[in-house]
Amino acid sequence: MSNPTFVVNEPDALNFQVNRATLVDPAVLELERRRIFDVCWIYVGHESEVRAPGDFKTRNVAGRPLIFCRDSKNAVRVFLNTCRHRGAIVCREPEGNAKSYFCFYHGWTYNRDGALDGVPGESAYPASFDKCQFGLMEPPKVASYRGFVFANFDPKAMPLEDYLAGAKEYIDLIVDQSPSGQMEIIQGTQEYDIKANWKLLVENSFDDYHLLTTHSTWLDYMKRSGVEMKRPERGHLLPAHGVGKSLGNGHAVIDNVNFRGRPVAKWIPIYGEAAKPEIERIRAELVARLGEARAARVADTNRNLVIFPNLVLNDGSAVTVRTFYPVTADHMKVRAFALGPKEETAAARAIRLDSFLTFYGPGGFATPDDVEALESVQSGLATYREVPWSVMTRGMGKNEDQLNTDELHLRTFWIQWDKLMKTARHAA
Amino acid sequence: MPPEASGKSVATRQQVEDFLYHEAALLDAWKLDEWLALLTDDATYRVPSNDRPDADPANTLFTIADDIRRIRARVHRLKDKNAHAEYPPSRTRRMIGNVRIVEQTGAELKVEANFVVYRYRRDERIREYVGFYRYRLRVDGGSFKIAAREAVLDAMELGSLGSVSFIL
Repeated sequence: MSNPTFVVNEPDALNFQVNRATLVDPAVLELERRRIFDVCWIYVGHESEVRAPGDFKTRNVAGRPLIFCRDSKNAVRVFLNTCRHRGAIVCREPEGNAKSYFCFYHGWTYNRDGALDGVPGESAYPASFDKCQFGLMEPPKVASYRGFVFANFDPKAMPLEDYLAGAKEYIDLIVDQSPSGQMEIIQGTQEYDIKANWKLLVENSFDDYHLLTTHSTWLDYMKRSGVEMKRPERGHLLPAHGVGKSLGNGHAVIDNVNFRGRPVAKWIPIYGEAAKPEIERIRAELVARLGEARAARVADTNRNLVIFPNLVLNDGSAVTVRTFYPVTADHMKVRAFALGPKEETAAARAIRLDSFLTFYGPGGFATPDDVEALESVQSGLATYREVPWSVMTRGMGKNEDQLNTDELHLRTFWIQWDKLMKTARHAA
Repeated sequence: MPPEASGKSVATRQQVEDFLYHEAALLDAWKLDEWLALLTDDATYRVPSNDRPDADPANTLFTIADDIRRIRARVHRLKDKNAHAEYPPSRTRRMIGNVRIVEQTGAELKVEANFVVYRYRRDERIREYVGFYRYRLRVDGGSFKIAAREAVLDAMELGSLGSVSFIL
């Protein structure tokens, strides 16, 4: 692994290739842990998942066990879930409300603010032992943008809002669905493994080139359900126009004219006649609040957003928040949620969740075929020594729009990935 | 002895077991159209998210929450070679046990049963889906029809089970 070329990026020669070793080699993953996951802003959770003082969720984020919680003053906090004494996990439940965090191994107890306030047999420690020095540790940086909470394990990281760059506009578009500007995670978590490299899910999450063949049965289902599908325009593969855009710092998006229906607010026959008035009411609220143009932007486009490196916000058949982590070079764990406006009516919420399941998730009509595709890729990659390169040049050198079925957005991810992989972490 | 819709003592556990074993055999053989014929015209098929096993799909994200239209669309999809997650089809083998009639009201029964579904795919190691079913069965002539079937998984997360791309 002495200075291998991971990404060949030669814009003038219209050449872009990715070394398949980046998807297979365990040494690459070890380097990614240090140079990607230890320096980037990594999504932890959404503020709506914890509501009252003491509420917590425990989750593994970027290889660390974390407590995502509200402290005694109801501020959102992130603690490293490890006892300062010997290291055991101090919160072993997936979710709940904690009066305190208790390490059962020797009995150290921490309050909701992370302060150490109980040490059995404290008098045996030397006089210099100061409990104030042994509170639960936090990631060096924690920040949130419009309810999305991120952590950064690099104390010198740039501020979150600078990091998010152009992705903020696309988060705003999602949040604009809510009259009060408050979105919430809906209960029910989809957690599943894919036997594939995590970066393949980055690519897949905003790759519309695969839609026609990987998801032909989903397109067929839409058609058979009466959803109008126009014949693609000349030079296009899909029924509606869409573009790919780079948003800075490795973030990118595909931004498409909607044909697939949207709970906010584009009715399709799958929702049923009874849902029409509710969708129309939501639409009217959007127009009244945002004006025709912005309402159309929110309601009549769907967008797949990748926030580098591992957060996907897909605002399509519903809004899915999806994050994932490598276990080994050929195995990732995926965690996905549905997101909806806080004030959504019960009827609208039901439409949203039903619409979600038409496409997304491990029992949906599309995601299982994505999983199959990625596992199929990973199987094929065992030949990476004989077939070392993947070509990624769709759309290169073109003067017109970069389409959602081109690969500009994929190249955006890989260029940032390559840049960071070449950057040794600054000395602490 | 066929179950009767007359009111008291409408069905026995053995009759229910025979019916569930028949259903399992159809699903393991991928006889999906014959399986559809076991369902009522208002049937539902659900798999709750692993962290919310007792929830309502109107306000909670499920893995699967199909009404009869989506069940039929699901079967249509699964019979298409382009349903890649199930082509070639997984081989499954279902073990149904601990069958209990938990409630009988008129012609409708609530039934629970444990399951282990072994799934083999390509050269992959076995995947074991373990949990229990909640059924609502309706007495129908000499047999039953399925008005609701919900497969509740015991695993804390789907995790290594991956997808629920076949009929669980």
